[in-house]
Amino acid sequence: MAEGQKTIEIEVLRYHPENDTEPHAQVFEIPFTDDMSVLQGVQYIKDHLDGSLSFRWSCRMAICGSCGMMINGVPSLSCQTFLRDYYPARVRVEALAHFPIERDLVVNMEGFIEKLESIQPYIIPREARTLSEGEYLQTPEQLGAYEQFSSCINCLLCYAACPQFGLNSRFVGPAALALLHRYNADSRDGGKAERMELVNSEDGVFNCTAVGYCSEVCPKHVDPANAVNQNKTNSAIDYFLRFLAPKGGAR
Amino acid sequence: MESYRADVVIVGGGGAGLRAAIAVAEADPELRIALVSKVYPMRSHTVAAEGGSAGVKQASDSLEYHFNDTVHGGDWLCEQDVVDYFVAHCSEELTQLEHWGCPWSRTPDGRVNVRAFGGMKIERTWFAADKTGFHMLHTLFQTSIKYPSIKRFDEHFCVDLLVDDGRVQGVVAIEIASGELLCIEGRAVVIATGGAGRVFRENTNGGVVTGDGMALAYRHGVPLRDMEFVQYHPTCMPGTGLLFTEACRGEGGFLVNKDGYRYLQDYGLGPAEEKPRNKFMELGPRDRLSQAFWYEQQKGRTIEGQYGSVVHLDLRHLGEAKLRERLPQIYELAEQFLGIDPARTPIPVRPAVHYTMGGILVDGRCASPLPGLYAAGECSSVGIHGANRLGSNSLSELLVFGKVSGVEAARFARSVAAGNSASLNRQAQAVERRVQGLKLGRGNERIAVLRKEMAQTMEDGCGIYRLAATMQQTCDKLEELKQRFRNLRLDDQSSVWNTEWLLAIELEYQLDVAQAMACSALERRESRGAHQRLDGFEQRDDVNFLKHSQAHYVAGGPPRIDYGSVRITRSQPGTRAYGAAGEQAEQERKASHG
Repeated sequence: MAEGQKTIEIEVLRYHPENDTEPHAQVFEIPFTDDMSVLQGVQYIKDHLDGSLSFRWSCRMAICGSCGMMINGVPSLSCQTFLRDYYPARVRVEALAHFPIERDLVVNMEGFIEKLESIQPYIIPREARTLSEGEYLQTPEQLGAYEQFSSCINCLLCYAACPQFGLNSRFVGPAALALLHRYNADSRDGGKAERMELVNSEDGVFNCTAVGYCSEVCPKHVDPANAVNQNKTNSAIDYFLRFLAPKGGAR
Repeated sequence: MESYRADVVIVGGGGAGLRAAIAVAEADPELRIALVSKVYPMRSHTVAAEGGSAGVKQASDSLEYHFNDTVHGGDWLCEQDVVDYFVAHCSEELTQLEHWGCPWSRTPDGRVNVRAFGGMKIERTWFAADKTGFHMLHTLFQTSIKYPSIKRFDEHFCVDLLVDDGRVQGVVAIEIASGELLCIEGRAVVIATGGAGRVFRENTNGGVVTGDGMALAYRHGVPLRDMEFVQYHPTCMPGTGLLFTEACRGEGGFLVNKDGYRYLQDYGLGPAEEKPRNKFMELGPRDRLSQAFWYEQQKGRTIEGQYGSVVHLDLRHLGEAKLRERLPQIYELAEQFLGIDPARTPIPVRPAVHYTMGGILVDGRCASPLPGLYAAGECSSVGIHGANRLGSNSLSELLVFGKVSGVEAARFARSVAAGNSASLNRQAQAVERRVQGLKLGRGNERIAVLRKEMAQTMEDGCGIYRLAATMQQTCDKLEELKQRFRNLRLDDQSSVWNTEWLLAIELEYQLDVAQAMACSALERRESRGAHQRLDGFEQRDDVNFLKHSQAHYVAGGPPRIDYGSVRITRSQPGTRAYGAAGEQAEQERKASHG
């Protein structure tokens, strides 16, 4: 490192299943400039100090959703979190909370993928339309009803923030429920009834205790807490309709 | 080694790979599809595309206009029959995506809206705010979940193709979580692995964009076509290279130099007017805009910044409300990464590498010369971009040719028998020995050092303007780096999530692809589109170079370059002009055709 170069310490939670019985902290000192992201910090470590440090990253601009980490205990995208906001203090980075660690900063996200697959995250057409008939009409207001919920980048920060997911990993959780709501709220979609079974199930919306930390950490303003709570209402209505309609109101 | 037997293997889970997988599933639900991606599909770099996707939409527009814009924009190095097929299928595919739920931005009456884009005569760029690629990718990924015949191999890194009996019959991949290798058999293989922009220093690309599939095909004898054509996007963040979409200019943004002067009017793009006018000024094509930046820099009219010279992308006159609606991601990028409010302060920008126009040689049906091997998207050279791609044509390409590659691969798979598993497994074991051997490197070269030197030499030799001497230095340097690569040292010899090992394999891919780019560039003694020379070859030379370069892999040395013909159907090479000169050229063309 050049003489007079400012430096900062990054404390990384390391875990290697082939060698370690449990995770342990390791501190690295790296050169500091005030435009460096935390991601650039851990990249410096990998490139120059220890090639065995493992983490996911790709786009560098908060859209691919790969680089979520706990940064000083807060679920964050490391590419849009800047070292200057901590300097000169040491910064602590760890794998996202509430997920099994595969190695170092890499968590196992298979559970989330299964939840995503379970919510039928695709249009179940309200009415069929051929390509030659062109697009479905959807006004800007109708788009507005679901647009924010379609902005989820699957970064999992909301799961790392959710105390209920920490207690019950079967809880469908904020991102998947927001996405479920995204399709239910889409004027082109007619699949709400099918999806409500999951919403109402014991792993569904009523796990949520309305802490709201999920929405606070969301880097894309998706506001999953809002989606979950709208579905608590939907679920309650759905519940009562079942008593009134001949074959269950939802069906 | 574990084996999995599929019918069609697709390598790459971005836009093209997902579209191909869905096409196979719809063509024949009986076919088993293996979708192999080194990242979860929604992490693929399609996610970062911002501005939009082209398809004729308005009554005032026509397929002929889109054809002409594309062929002229590509400086006539396009396969014109393929461009015809492309423009005829864009809107159908974009509508298909609408039916699958893509949240396209709308007009007040509920129809899909379109915006202006560089080099396009009429507004025809479909958009979802400024996150078009993100929404297209997530729509495709989520829709793909509907199809039970698509088996995903997420976070599986493809290390080789299996070729037996004269045709491709599968791939070998590393399961990243375990470090175990897996043999995936298939009667047809589609490569959809994206571009190679990370071989350059300052680029807009994600870390995953390392040319893997190009190198895989290349090493098995498939030529890489037109690799010298690398697109510099004119408006990128200094230092990081992060992209500020062309839609900034489509919505009316200005590019100004240190005097606040809209300098593009000095480079054949004017006159400057208050409102954006298609194919004028800031709505010129990317190659011309990046070249104009270079000249402004030479004239000392740019602004010195911490990371080199910049000009200003001025969006202030658009107002905060419009910026928040149309360009919300750009707004946040400026705020978070630069500490700038673009409604109040101009954004400093400079050109950075953005897109690989060339790629795996395929015909108009996405078939490579190696039987059973197909390619689609940025990794391929199907022939629509020529020497310069127009913004918003590549997202449409993913859809149109993603589908074609899937349909064709399905047809091929049904036409041939399954391979000889024993023979394929033996081959796969040889691949495993080679790939595992790389992990054990105990030399003295660090991956990051070689990668940095590669990226620097590519920028030096293959930048916006090129000279034979520096291109030769780049070719020599790449040869040196390939030698030094053999002396690599890895810190990590373990199996689980050994990303250093993957970086080494990627670097080897990158060196091959970089060499194809630099050697093809050196041999093209003319200036065309994104390939511009200053050493006596400043003009386009249709007599000698109206042809595609083809780089052929040569083990242990630089590639052999030869040339293929360009398919011209009805648009003869003419003057490529924009602004008022472009309008005049168009009048003359019309007059001469009666």
